[in-house]
Amino acid sequence: MAIDKETVEYVAHLARIELKPEELERLSRQLHDIIGFIDQLSALDVEQVKPASHILPISNVLREDKPHVCLTPDKALENAPSKIGNFFSVPKIIE
Amino acid sequence: MKYQTVIGLEVHLQLNTKTKAFCGCPIDFGKTPNSSVCPVCLGFPGTLPVYNKEALNSAIKLALAFSCQIQEHTKFDRKNYFYPDLPKNYQISQFDLPLSRNGYLDISSDGKIKRIGITRVHLEEDAGKLIHETSSSLVDFNRTGVPLLEIVSEPDLSSPQEAFDYLTSLKNVIEYLDVSDCDMEKGSLRCDANISLRPEGAKELGVKTELKNMNSFKGVKDALTFEIGRQTELLEAGQAMSQETRLWDAQKNETVSMRSKEGAKDYRYFPDPDLTVFVIDQEMVSRIKTQLPELPQEKMQRFMRDYGLSEYDAKILVSSKKNAQFSEDCIQKYPEKDKKTVVNWLIGPLLSEANSRKLNLYELNVNQEELISLIGFVENQSISHLSAKLVLTQMIDSQKPASLIIKENNMLQISDTAALEQIICDVVQENEKSVISFKAGKTNALMFLVGQVMKKSGGKANPKIVGELIRRRLTDA
Amino acid sequence: MDLNQLTAHELLDRLKKGQVVSKSILDSLYARIQAVEPKVKAYARFKPGDKLSLNLQASALSAGLPITIKDNICTEGLNTECCSKILADFQPPYDATVISKLKAAGSSIFPLKSNMDEFAFGSSTENSYFGTTHNPWDLGSVPGGSSGGSAAAVASDEAIWALGSDTGGSIRQPASFCGVVGLKPTYGRVSRFGLIAFASSLDQIGPITKDVEDAAILTRIISGYDPNDSTSVNQEVPDYTKSLGNEIKGLKIGTPKEYFIEGMDAQVKSVIEEAVNRLKSLGGAINQVSLPHTQYAVPVYYIIATAEASSNLARFDGVQYGYRAKSTSLIDMYKKTRAEGFGEEAKRRIILGTFALSHGYYDAYYLRALKVRTLIKNDFDAVFKDFDCIVAPTSPTPAFKIGERTQDPLKMYLSDIYTISVNLAGIPAISIPCGFTKNGLPVGLQIMAKPFNEEMLFRVAHAFEQNTEWHKVKPRL
Repeated sequence: MAIDKETVEYVAHLARIELKPEELERLSRQLHDIIGFIDQLSALDVEQVKPASHILPISNVLREDKPHVCLTPDKALENAPSKIGNFFSVPKIIE
Repeated sequence: MKYQTVIGLEVHLQLNTKTKAFCGCPIDFGKTPNSSVCPVCLGFPGTLPVYNKEALNSAIKLALAFSCQIQEHTKFDRKNYFYPDLPKNYQISQFDLPLSRNGYLDISSDGKIKRIGITRVHLEEDAGKLIHETSSSLVDFNRTGVPLLEIVSEPDLSSPQEAFDYLTSLKNVIEYLDVSDCDMEKGSLRCDANISLRPEGAKELGVKTELKNMNSFKGVKDALTFEIGRQTELLEAGQAMSQETRLWDAQKNETVSMRSKEGAKDYRYFPDPDLTVFVIDQEMVSRIKTQLPELPQEKMQRFMRDYGLSEYDAKILVSSKKNAQFSEDCIQKYPEKDKKTVVNWLIGPLLSEANSRKLNLYELNVNQEELISLIGFVENQSISHLSAKLVLTQMIDSQKPASLIIKENNMLQISDTAALEQIICDVVQENEKSVISFKAGKTNALMFLVGQVMKKSGGKANPKIVGELIRRRLTDA
Repeated sequence: MDLNQLTAHELLDRLKKGQVVSKSILDSLYARIQAVEPKVKAYARFKPGDKLSLNLQASALSAGLPITIKDNICTEGLNTECCSKILADFQPPYDATVISKLKAAGSSIFPLKSNMDEFAFGSSTENSYFGTTHNPWDLGSVPGGSSGGSAAAVASDEAIWALGSDTGGSIRQPASFCGVVGLKPTYGRVSRFGLIAFASSLDQIGPITKDVEDAAILTRIISGYDPNDSTSVNQEVPDYTKSLGNEIKGLKIGTPKEYFIEGMDAQVKSVIEEAVNRLKSLGGAINQVSLPHTQYAVPVYYIIATAEASSNLARFDGVQYGYRAKSTSLIDMYKKTRAEGFGEEAKRRIILGTFALSHGYYDAYYLRALKVRTLIKNDFDAVFKDFDCIVAPTSPTPAFKIGERTQDPLKMYLSDIYTISVNLAGIPAISIPCGFTKNGLPVGLQIMAKPFNEEMLFRVAHAFEQNTEWHKVKPRL
């Protein structure tokens, strides 16, 4: 399967990464090669194979419904690039 | 052309566990912003989720209450999209292996029972809250990570009223289970609706619209009603419908298209590698089944069977968990074997008191022993039914015991025949016409005469005795 | 010998006997860092003459043996930036579980974090926002990656011992390039809580040390069940030092034929063959085995690892922490922050991973990769039915020149061809020094075992080490 520039552009939008025109060119080329290499997987017959979404045979890991100590708002907001009062702040969302 | 309406509902329900879905932060709203948070629910780098045992238990309970099939293998997936209220920029949800599928809920709409399919009930986590200011949007993550269930119905609903009835029944069952506060205004129950119209008799579904932003059951009904009108107009004008999401504006009473720049959604679901799979075996399902409380439908059947209630009456009493509890307590405390009397009180005077006060039965704060004592006064004919209703009103208003109210108001009935004979004598003389009618076989006339006696006695005469005395007097003569 | 040149077990012994105090160990490390760090650049934020000495004095108070931590493991109040601009100045509000365990065991966390490829994306440490680390054996060569800083620090005696993380070889390959010991534990053996995720289903934290005994001690400290990590396994942690000093006579050792192929450096090949012969002379029963799906490991890895990474790294968006680009709108903030904050390799992998999960490609790439992953795991299961361990080269080549592969990402990806299968199968593997090329570059021997059989790795590695001198040779700086 080939990956073209339009696909890279679409995927970069999904991933919220702005690409400069030259970056888009270079990435499209590189990803084309990488995907080409990865496409050797299509030679395998995996119809009957179960996907290994987890490599461990463990299941049903749960925790008790017990409260723990929270962060203080100051601590939670300590690393924030922008905050107003006890809120994180982002550019106004217009929808 | 006539159109048929097809509606499906997606309900998001916050579970009332003590802590969040994947961390131990207490679920506590109305607190200082960003105070019920920790590195896990803030999605800080390096943190990992571990699912809440109680949330899973509640979810299975709920799925079983709607007769869903619990899937033996279930897992969490990540739903990827960027939004500031989503700290990890993915929501932990379920995609291809939901907790449960294929359930149903019976609703009664227009006096008919209709079975509404429930496609799936799955687990997910809530997002945070956004507040939009003039120049920026503010984010509070207190709600982030609260355990949610998504309950998706089949497109089996065919009118806004049915959608309303579905939500009411759904809420009633969930209240019985006590797994959620179910408060749409507080956001613990949220509902989106999918609606499409198709020409009557057509097999294919029409183009659907997704409706959001309704914050009451009535809002859902109103939005759907508006949408039927809007879509009918478009269809009749021969205009092409487009699949879109519309927001309900309760103030303007209309839906508004939500123009999204995003285009088609591409959520890139994949199994969350940070969480294990869940194997829910038959034993676990059976164990949880035994924890299920009696649900409205079962309770209704039992009320009919054990207390001789009509279906209509039973349905009224079980329509909310607390009302049912209150009613059943009254019924059980009532000493007579035949419960019809107390039931009539519940669905008669009590219910009308509740309705006129816009309260639930249990919210009237009627002391059950006092109610039974009041019924006793009526049954042994110490007071009239009419007086008893007045006593009930005063009981609710003043919280005084029934006996005290009766005494204070001098309401005991006159059952003394000697005292009554004098009044009857007067009435018979004053109403010759009615006496003649009675003798001519018109029983209505007797009732009129009794009424006259009641009037003269200031309502305190015992109508039964009065009736008997008049009859004897007129037939003997 | 200066204190900083000793192994951890030698120093622990002296600390216990009161022959040395923690402060003198720190002083010797400090002197060494001042002397060679400008050449090696093993630490992420080192500036000659900065406040390091002050920090060292502060950490000397904890009296323990200092340990160097990779920049992707969270240390409360201490910068943890994954060597990325996007996490600029991030100070976690919590400690990773391994850090808590180390502190509880009396270690002192070295205040400088070691250099790495940004978000562990790389095999050469050239993708660090803070610049490239140089191989202590040849300053013109890379130290390997992504834990290149930890490996170079240990090799150059700028650290006593260190932690790295291994997703596709990121501990073993730099250990091999720098002539030190590196272990990737079984998936689930060491808690990932606090390890800033690259690929959640592959990542493990592990030790990088001067000898096998140190690796055994450190592995024991950091291993064990963690209720904060759903994927951590509740299985007892043995005292791995008990596996040391045992002979290996009669052990069945497999050499996978698929690993000794074209593309392998001739000198590496002969060094490895010599090492295998040494194991044979120690009584190991060497036989060729087959891992037939080996050739698919790299493509499978670059789908699974990048897909998981694309989701794991979505949280770096400038909302809660780290870098935020100047922006006028929300979408602008996301796109610019991530464009300016991530380096080239990070962007490449995020886009590749997003592609693999996106609509229309999921089945062809991601799902298919998960299935081939099963085949790769089955290969190992089959071999371990009959064999105690597998030995192979850690890398097909010795350390390559700085800049040699940066223009060709695919070639860089193939550097991990011998290490990636281990992560996909979830099994443990160790790399130990086993000789040098003619140019004096170290070569690593990789030993792999069944899940949770780290004891086998220590047993074989220690037997080999005690019969060779490779681990005692130090680079001249």
